[in-house]
Amino acid sequence: MSAKLERLSQILRIVLGGRLRSLTKDRGEIMIEVGAEDYLAAARTLRDHAELRFEQLMDICGVDYSAYGNVACEPGRRFASVLHMLSIEHNWRLRLKVFCPDDNFPAVDSVCDLWPSANWQEREAFDLYGIMYSGHTDLRRILTDYGFVGHPLRKDFPVSGYTEMRYDAETERVIYQPVTIEPRENTPRVVREAGYGDTGHV
Amino acid sequence: MSEIRNYTINFGPQHPAAHGVLRLILELDGEVVERADPHIGLLHRGTEKLAETRTWLQCVPYMDRLDYMGMMCNEHVYCLAVEKLLGIEVPERAQYIRVLFDEVTRVLSHLMLIGSHAFDIGAMTMILYTFREREALFDAYEAVSGARMHPAYYRPGGVYRDLPDTMPKYKPNRFKNEARTKDLNAAREGSLLDYLEDFFERFPKCCDDYETLLTENRIWKQRTVGIGVVPADRALALGFTGPMLRGSGIAWDLRRKQPYAVYDRLDFDIPVGKNGDCYDRYLCRMEEMRQSTRIIRQCIEWLRKNPGPVITGDHKVAPPKREKIKTDMEDLIHHFKLFSEGFHVPEGEVYVATEHPKGEFAVYAISDGANKPYRIRLRSAGFVHLSAMDEMARGHMIADVVALMGTLDVVFGDVDR
Repeated sequence: MSAKLERLSQILRIVLGGRLRSLTKDRGEIMIEVGAEDYLAAARTLRDHAELRFEQLMDICGVDYSAYGNVACEPGRRFASVLHMLSIEHNWRLRLKVFCPDDNFPAVDSVCDLWPSANWQEREAFDLYGIMYSGHTDLRRILTDYGFVGHPLRKDFPVSGYTEMRYDAETERVIYQPVTIEPRENTPRVVREAGYGDTGHV
Repeated sequence: MSEIRNYTINFGPQHPAAHGVLRLILELDGEVVERADPHIGLLHRGTEKLAETRTWLQCVPYMDRLDYMGMMCNEHVYCLAVEKLLGIEVPERAQYIRVLFDEVTRVLSHLMLIGSHAFDIGAMTMILYTFREREALFDAYEAVSGARMHPAYYRPGGVYRDLPDTMPKYKPNRFKNEARTKDLNAAREGSLLDYLEDFFERFPKCCDDYETLLTENRIWKQRTVGIGVVPADRALALGFTGPMLRGSGIAWDLRRKQPYAVYDRLDFDIPVGKNGDCYDRYLCRMEEMRQSTRIIRQCIEWLRKNPGPVITGDHKVAPPKREKIKTDMEDLIHHFKLFSEGFHVPEGEVYVATEHPKGEFAVYAISDGANKPYRIRLRSAGFVHLSAMDEMARGHMIADVVALMGTLDVVFGDVDR
């Protein structure tokens, strides 16, 4: 397996060349990062190059890095669009990460023309993270309610949300109102330094 | 001739053939579908968001509720992802138990699919038969975990407990007399493995029965042959996986191509379709149930011979034995820390994909070293398959939309997440 990964990373280095911002091998997976300006061209190369042939796009998802490790992220490193690709011909996978340059208006190119399966997944990333995919022909919300405001998977969006829905007996219809439940955290989120509590005990 | 108008109709959200809550907006030209626009999200529960607020262990039960037809398979992916991040080894016996129950789940899911698919397009008897078999398998779920549908049986590091030596039995009551309960308990005298062995002894016969009802049935063929044809290149571009991809003639099965757990040691075949229509996909699923039976038999044989631990001995991840907690201070601390703060997962990110009954189900987990996930992304097959609905339905009659819904095998738990 590792020889295969080695070969894939060599091919990626040669084929993508200067467009490759970084290449990491971790736990038997390869992740590459490209700049937003090279993203579409790089994705096209990954799909069409005879030695790569990533003919299937498995997944596109957004990630919000604004609270990673409980520290604020650098500007331009908040929203990432992460692609997982699979090559059936060569039987290998690749993770491609692209960061949105502008945190206030996150936008990257759409890969819908390359892989039709990107359509809904980009809609979902737009819905949940507010990442705009330029070139997408039908960028509507997909999972949230009609008329929903905000992007719920962003780290600054509360788990309980802002509005709640209930049946109002007086007006005899369903109404929206500000949330009345109090957010509650049972287990606090803790980031420990590496090797915390190690005594050699197994 | 009167003026011809195009109709737009709403299919669902409450429609018996929508397999859950799907609102499908169909633009029709007479009876021919011109455009299908599925509106999903009616069952959106924000699992990905909730997972970020729970510890790694507390997320396991959420996985059951994603694809509620493939419960243990969902758990398996999540556990594999956490184990990969932690870098821990899972005992062999636990891996065999997981494979055994993955295949039981696959049979459960395909039984549900074939029953409801046939039900949707007119063969009502099927669902009664397939539910009879599902019932028996739910009893196996119940025996092992205490729950029939949402077991939370797999844990990071193994499975919660070993397979039980006895099966729960029926007791006579005013609805069931002595003779009837004796009949029902006949297969339940031994252990869970005996029970499953007995079931999968007669299960191929059940599959034959289903096939006599459907495979050569003229109406069934009229409704499925040549409906929803997806050629291989389109299937790849649309991101199809699992039986949807194999139905189009591509022999791609993660259990074989990128084996996880102990699938590389088991002997099974991968059925592949030819035409990529609903009928071929049905045949693939039918054969997959028979192949699952083969896998289960091999697992049962192995499990009988090889006792051993079923969860890792690393108490930073899995709790120590109950008796030891009462005598050993360190085990007490481990137990307390595990169930209050939870275990910490080293920084990193992994994408783990497995062959779920519906296709590729994957978890993309990002950890920043905390006791909670930083991000859990759930890649479900149903979501991607449903996004191809528009392309598949165009040019078909409105009645075929129901056949397409069936063959896509969507379950809204994992489409909407």
